[in-house]
Amino acid sequence: MIRFDRVSKRYPPGVDALSDLSFEVAGGQMVVVSGHSGAGKSTLLKLIAAVEKSTTGAVLVGGQNVSGLPRSALPYLRRRIGMVFQDQKLLFDRSVFENVMLPLSIAGFPARDAAQRVRAALEKVGLGNREKALPVMLSGGEQQRLAIARAVVNRPSLLLADEPTAHLDSETASDVARIFHEFHHVGVTVLIATYASDLFPGAKRLQLDHGRLLP
Amino acid sequence: MKVWLAQHREALLLALRRLGAAPVNSLLSLLAIGIALALPAGGQMLLANALQLAGTTSAVPQISIFMAANAERRAATEIQSRLGKYGGVKQVRLLPREETLARMKANPGLRDVIEALPANPFPDAFVVTATDDSPEAMEKLAVEFRQWPRVEHVQLDSAWVRRLDALLKLGRTAVMVLGGLLGAGLIAISFSIIRMQVLTHRAEVEVSQLLGATDAFIQRPFLYYGVLLGLGGGVVAWLLTGAAALWLRAPLSELVRLYDLSLVLQSLGARDSALLLGFAAGLGWLGAMISLRQHLR
Repeated sequence: MIRFDRVSKRYPPGVDALSDLSFEVAGGQMVVVSGHSGAGKSTLLKLIAAVEKSTTGAVLVGGQNVSGLPRSALPYLRRRIGMVFQDQKLLFDRSVFENVMLPLSIAGFPARDAAQRVRAALEKVGLGNREKALPVMLSGGEQQRLAIARAVVNRPSLLLADEPTAHLDSETASDVARIFHEFHHVGVTVLIATYASDLFPGAKRLQLDHGRLLP
Repeated sequence: MKVWLAQHREALLLALRRLGAAPVNSLLSLLAIGIALALPAGGQMLLANALQLAGTTSAVPQISIFMAANAERRAATEIQSRLGKYGGVKQVRLLPREETLARMKANPGLRDVIEALPANPFPDAFVVTATDDSPEAMEKLAVEFRQWPRVEHVQLDSAWVRRLDALLKLGRTAVMVLGGLLGAGLIAISFSIIRMQVLTHRAEVEVSQLLGATDAFIQRPFLYYGVLLGLGGGVVAWLLTGAAALWLRAPLSELVRLYDLSLVLQSLGARDSALLLGFAAGLGWLGAMISLRQHLR
C-alpha cells in the first residue's frame, strides 16, 4: 500500500526532517509512527498525502510515486486518503454536518447519497445528535471525532492521523483510539503519528529519531 | 452533468452567502462599481437619444431649391415636374410659400416680425433627396439645378449632417474610452475584493485542497462572487441611468423644444441594458480570475 524508498526531506535553509527512510506498509495494516517532537512524524504523513514533496527518493502510494505527481493529479490522490490533522482544520463557520459533507461535495457525490453517508459517519463517531451544532460548541474530544468523521466519510482505503489524541484526557483519547481500531478492523490501512503509541496495541511500530528510522 | 450543475449551484449559493455575510461592505462595493459604470452607461444613453433626435430631423443629406420671390406658381410646378423626371432625384417635396409663411407665424418668436411685413417674403421651395448622397454627386446636382429657370438659390444641406455625424462619432469614441477606463477600474475593484475574500477564506481554501478539491472547485465560489459583484454593480448603474433619464427628461424636452425639435429622453433600451449587465458581469469575472491566478497558488 505504502512504500518509502530511500526518502529524504530537507527544508530550507538545510534542515533535514527525514533522512534516507525506507519502509513498507501493507494494505489493511495499522501502523503507529512515534518519536519525540520534531522527529519527522508529521513530515512523513505529509509526504504520503503529497502535501510536501520528498527531496530525494520515492514515496509510493498504491504503486504510484506521489512525489512526482503533477499538481493537477493531487486532488484525485487526496480523495483516496482520509486525513486527520494535528490542528483538526475544521471550518468553524459551518455546522458539524456541513464539515463532514465537504469531502463528498468536493468528490461530487449526489446530495441524497452524501447526506446518508454523512449521517452514518457521524453515528459511527458518536456525533449523530450534534449535526446542526457549530464546531465551536463541541468539546475537544468531540471536535477530534468530528475530524475523524470528515476523514472517513469518503470511505478511503488509507487513513492518516497526525497526533489524533493530543490535548485529550485519557478517557477521551481511548475513545478516539477505539474508533481508529474499528476502522482498521474493517480493512482500512491506518497510519497514526503519535507520541501515545501505547493507545494502539497490536499496531506495527515505526520509531523515528531526528528523521531517521530506528531499527 | 447533474453533479456539475449541483456544484455550480452550491458555489453560487456560497458566493451569495458570502456577499450577504457583510451587507454594508457589499452594498458599498456595489455602489462604487455602479457609479463607475453609470458614467459610460449614461453616455451611451445620451448618445442613443442624440441618434434618435438626428433620425427625427434629416439625417439624409438634402438639397433645398428656392424659387425667385416673384416666380409664379406655374414656374414652380414646372420645376417640380422636371425634378420628378430627373434621373438623380429620389424624392421631391414642394414647400409652398403660403405654408412656409404659416409655419413661421406659428413660431411665437417670429410672429410679430412676420406680421409686420407688407407681403409674404418666402419663395416656393423644394427639398430634394438624391439617389446618390455622396458630397460629389450632391454638388453636381446643385450646380445643375442652379441653371434652371426662375431658380434663385440652391443650398446643400449636407454640411450640418456631416458636422452632426462627426459629433456623434466623437461621442461614441468618448463613451468607448470612458467605458474602457472605468471597465479597467471595475476589474481593479473586483481584483482587490476577491483578494480580500481569498485572505478571509484562506483556511477553507487550504482545507479544501487537502481534502482533494480541484482548483476549479476552489475558484468557483470566488468567480461567482466576482460575477455577482459586477452584475450587481451593473444593476446599480442601470438604475442610476434610469433615474437620471427621468430627472433630465422634462428640462431636456423643454430645451429641445426651443430648437423646434421634439425629444423624450429615453433610458437605456433592452439591447444596451443587456450589454451593460453582460459587460459588468464579465469584467467582475475577469477581475476575480486575475486575482485568483495571483493569490490562489
